[in-house]
Amino acid sequence: MDADKGRAKKMVVKNLSFFYGGSKALTDVSLDFYANQVTALIGPSGCGKSTLLRCLNRMNDLIPYSRSEGQVLLDGESIYDPKVDVVSLRRRVGMVFQKPNPFPKTIFENVAYGLRVNGVKDRSTIEQKVEDTLKNAALWEEVKERLYDSALGLSGGQQQRLCIARALAVEPEVVLMDEPASALDPIATQKIEELIHHLKKCYTIIIVTHNMQQAARVSDVTAFFYLGKLIEAGVTDTIFTRPKLKQTEEYITGRFG
Amino acid sequence: MKASQRSGQSRRRKEKSIRILFFAVASASILTLSLIIIFLFMEGVPIFEKVSLKEFILGKYWYPTYDPPEFGIFPLIVASLAVTAVASLISIPLGVMTAAYLAEIASSRLREIVKPIVELLAALPSVVIGFFGMVVVAPFLQNTFNLATGLNLFNAALMLAFMSVPTICSISEDAIFSVPKELKEASLALGATHWETIWRVIVPASISGISTAVILGMSRAMGETMVVLMVAGGAGMIPTSLFDPVRPLPASIAAEMAEAPFRGDHYSALFATGIVLFAFTLLFNLVADHVSNKYRQVGAATL
Repeated sequence: MDADKGRAKKMVVKNLSFFYGGSKALTDVSLDFYANQVTALIGPSGCGKSTLLRCLNRMNDLIPYSRSEGQVLLDGESIYDPKVDVVSLRRRVGMVFQKPNPFPKTIFENVAYGLRVNGVKDRSTIEQKVEDTLKNAALWEEVKERLYDSALGLSGGQQQRLCIARALAVEPEVVLMDEPASALDPIATQKIEELIHHLKKCYTIIIVTHNMQQAARVSDVTAFFYLGKLIEAGVTDTIFTRPKLKQTEEYITGRFG
Repeated sequence: MKASQRSGQSRRRKEKSIRILFFAVASASILTLSLIIIFLFMEGVPIFEKVSLKEFILGKYWYPTYDPPEFGIFPLIVASLAVTAVASLISIPLGVMTAAYLAEIASSRLREIVKPIVELLAALPSVVIGFFGMVVVAPFLQNTFNLATGLNLFNAALMLAFMSVPTICSISEDAIFSVPKELKEASLALGATHWETIWRVIVPASISGISTAVILGMSRAMGETMVVLMVAGGAGMIPTSLFDPVRPLPASIAAEMAEAPFRGDHYSALFATGIVLFAFTLLFNLVADHVSNKYRQVGAATL
């Protein structure tokens, strides 16, 4: 990965395996995520890319009878260390889900939620932060007149940008996105992609996507997974034009998957 | 061709007769219900030739067998409302917190064991609960607080609370459990603790179901007869303390109906009391219905 030389490794996955009960979802994955880059995880359904994503903020902890082996480091420190407080980890590693899932609250309260649970009480601080975050998520112009309406009245694409704003409000260092545009129409998808492009200046972004063109458009690094294994990872341009492995090429060109 | 036509015809006939059958069954229960309501009003309304509606509802004295009789059910209404209110103060926190525990905190195995047990509590016959209140709770209250009688407002409220906890818990649990896991995950992913997630996201998202549960539980407490008949003490006066004996509406009807002369004034007054009770429970159910429509469960966003 020549293009990434000199960039800081924000997160490092070392020999990670993950099990749901008896079945193995990830096998011995090792992958680096660089600061201020967009890394796309691609591969057919069930290949383990979403599982990997959810290992990065320990969302998989919620699944009973699951366990992991190997290491995940954030700024060089293991996030699976028993001393790590999972709540503060998730404040540093934010997440945007596949389906827009705003809270059944007002637009304002959706964005303010993360601040409130983080102990911010001052009204004017919250208001300022909500405005800044909505601007950052390119949603401010569309919602500034109706901040106190229910978030459920927004369109799907707006809801998803609200969910991104909600995740950004707590100032995470890494943003995980699990197929953030898969439930949206092309125009809304384009807006999300522009947003991702704009956000990587400040955040490290890791995105799972089924959409090959999307991976090619938004990401700097692409990692291809198949049956729980990392097959190939590298600079996106290289992966899409000169993949080293035949399997990667076949998937990218749509011959299987 | 002919055969298939014939079978098509017979199929249509069958469909039609099934539809008529179901319509008849459905109308039968609605018809019965309407007849009961009409009967209730026919038997109850004549009392208003003797006393005005205002005197009946706001009258402070219930002496139906005196000469001249007094038909004021205000003390009975106050008793019913007081018993229901105190019961709710106990049963709402108990029921909702149990529901939150079962739906959110307990392991799935524990939940599968405990939930049927809580629901089984609802199957306890009310006379058994009344009996328990009479022989266990009443002497305990009497001795502990040095009262004239342990059969009083507080005892009745406590027993009614036991009766409504299963209703409140079971319906609330369903509502809390059906909050989409996406909302829960969104909250946790923002660095909210489990407690913050329950309190700020899950409970507000299921508030419609919880409110319905609470109101249905209260409605059950209000209409419950046997327990209040056995443990409320039966004094037809406006209570001034938590430990005063009281006579809620259903207890009064059940206790006196057998002695009231058929179609006499007392008899009508009891039916009119039934109308008032019916109005209260109907109101509770209408409110429950309204609340569950207004704050309808809001799931993950739809596109």
